[in-house]
Amino acid sequence: MLHMTAVNGTTNAGLQRPIYLDYQATTPCDPRVVEAMLPYFTEKFGNPHSRNHAYGWEAEEAVEQAREQVAAIIGADPKEIIFTSGATESNNLAIKGVANFYRDKKDHIITVVTEHKCVLDSCRHLEQEGFKVTYLPVHKNGLIDLAQLEAAITDRTALVSVMAVNNEIGVIQPLAEIGAICRKHHVFFHTDAAQGVGKMPLDVNAMNIDLMSISGHKIYGPKGIGALFVRRRPRVRLQAIINGGGQERGMRSGTLPTPMIVGLGEACRIAQAEMGVENERMHALRDRLLTGINARLPECYVNGDLEQRVPGNLNISFAFVEGEGLMMGVKDIAVSSGSACTSASLEPSYVLRALGLDAEMAHTSLRLGFGRFTTEAEIDYAINHIVEAVSRLRELSPLWEMHQEGIDIKSIQWAGH
Amino acid sequence: MSYSEKVIDHYEHPRNVGSFKKEEDGIGTGLVGAPACGDVMKLQIKVSAEGIIEDAKFKTFGCGSAIASSSLVTEWVKGKTLDEAASIKNTDIAQHLALPPVKIHCSVLAEDAIKAAIADYKKKSGSSDEAVG
Repeated sequence: MLHMTAVNGTTNAGLQRPIYLDYQATTPCDPRVVEAMLPYFTEKFGNPHSRNHAYGWEAEEAVEQAREQVAAIIGADPKEIIFTSGATESNNLAIKGVANFYRDKKDHIITVVTEHKCVLDSCRHLEQEGFKVTYLPVHKNGLIDLAQLEAAITDRTALVSVMAVNNEIGVIQPLAEIGAICRKHHVFFHTDAAQGVGKMPLDVNAMNIDLMSISGHKIYGPKGIGALFVRRRPRVRLQAIINGGGQERGMRSGTLPTPMIVGLGEACRIAQAEMGVENERMHALRDRLLTGINARLPECYVNGDLEQRVPGNLNISFAFVEGEGLMMGVKDIAVSSGSACTSASLEPSYVLRALGLDAEMAHTSLRLGFGRFTTEAEIDYAINHIVEAVSRLRELSPLWEMHQEGIDIKSIQWAGH
Repeated sequence: MSYSEKVIDHYEHPRNVGSFKKEEDGIGTGLVGAPACGDVMKLQIKVSAEGIIEDAKFKTFGCGSAIASSSLVTEWVKGKTLDEAASIKNTDIAQHLALPPVKIHCSVLAEDAIKAAIADYKKKSGSSDEAVG
């Protein structure tokens, strides 16, 4: 067992890198993806837009094959796939592009408070330009209220943007139901599926999705590549953000990066082929991790719905232990904390706050993300490591002491600072 | 974020962790910070009849810098008079631990904890000498 050198202390022996449990931040490239990409850096280096020679044709063929692979995993037509630099660009293009194209008739957008920063920031930007934005709240489990969504739609609403899977808490929004509501009211439905593609079945037609953002590096593909699905029937029109040679049906100019696109395509092909088996394995790892922690630590709470959730994510609040202090104690595993102490602001995660979590509970959370290359042994190591660190820090925690003495922490008049 | 060696040392080997019974004679307890802000420090001092801090203990909910700041001050206050302890400045703590600017509040909190513990001791012991700090 490789990592056991560190099991008795908080220090890693120095030989091993920490176990990677941050799969929602990014994923390693699948070696099969890298292998598929490599020829397109060297011998097959042509510009896919070169129409006059074999170099260009070869690259174009590769791009079109990738386009089919990306389309296939979401049930789209290849003509509906636009390549971008990643989900952030896709989200910007979808939201600003639709809003600006239809601005003469519509000036209202609906989104959700727990969306990714790039969705929220795009909406804020449009607000400054005079658009109205409704930010829907979420229930305690992280899911939106469909009745509230429907009630928010007006005849001025151009777009509803609701993410498929939340990046912090892994919860899956009811896409088919949202799609049905949007279609009924003739409002476009965009979903940021960066964390959803390859982890759950997605069908843009069955779910009535009009625009979908896809990321390469969240699905074992390369960083710097993504895609936007833009529906053709009924047609969704966008005002481009990047102007130029008119590539990608005029919606996204710029020479297509063939190797990256090939990588994204291969990543989608693998994900589609292996999703069933992989999800089963992820569920087993998730249950092992959660059971292992719960069996040895009291007062641990999973944030976000456990059923409507992708299996590769657990976000757990370890009550009475501060997240950043905990991160320092679990440095043999690479994870994220819902505590934003790591940044200059002292505000804890806005996603966890949106669930109605008290700031103190939001401060105590870890996001544990695992995936294709995570092993059972790594999960077991992580359990031991987390249990030890939390136990040690609770012995150090005045709040844990008060809890043990039966003192309600909420009954104390804290000074704040 | 990278921590200084001193912060890591205090975090991994915190000094003087624990609690005295609050109601015991000679004990002063300071509880500062707030759970919602991500930092709570409890610092306790045990003061001799001669007015010397002969022992100190702490418990802290917070990041590594908060734990290190409070661990460090338990070492520093031992053997000091109340006035000497009250003169410990957050800048000394921050400098000693090489805290980055975003972590200065941890040292401020540790200074507050000393002052709160001294104030609590004085209140309990009925001593009415002039305010500290």
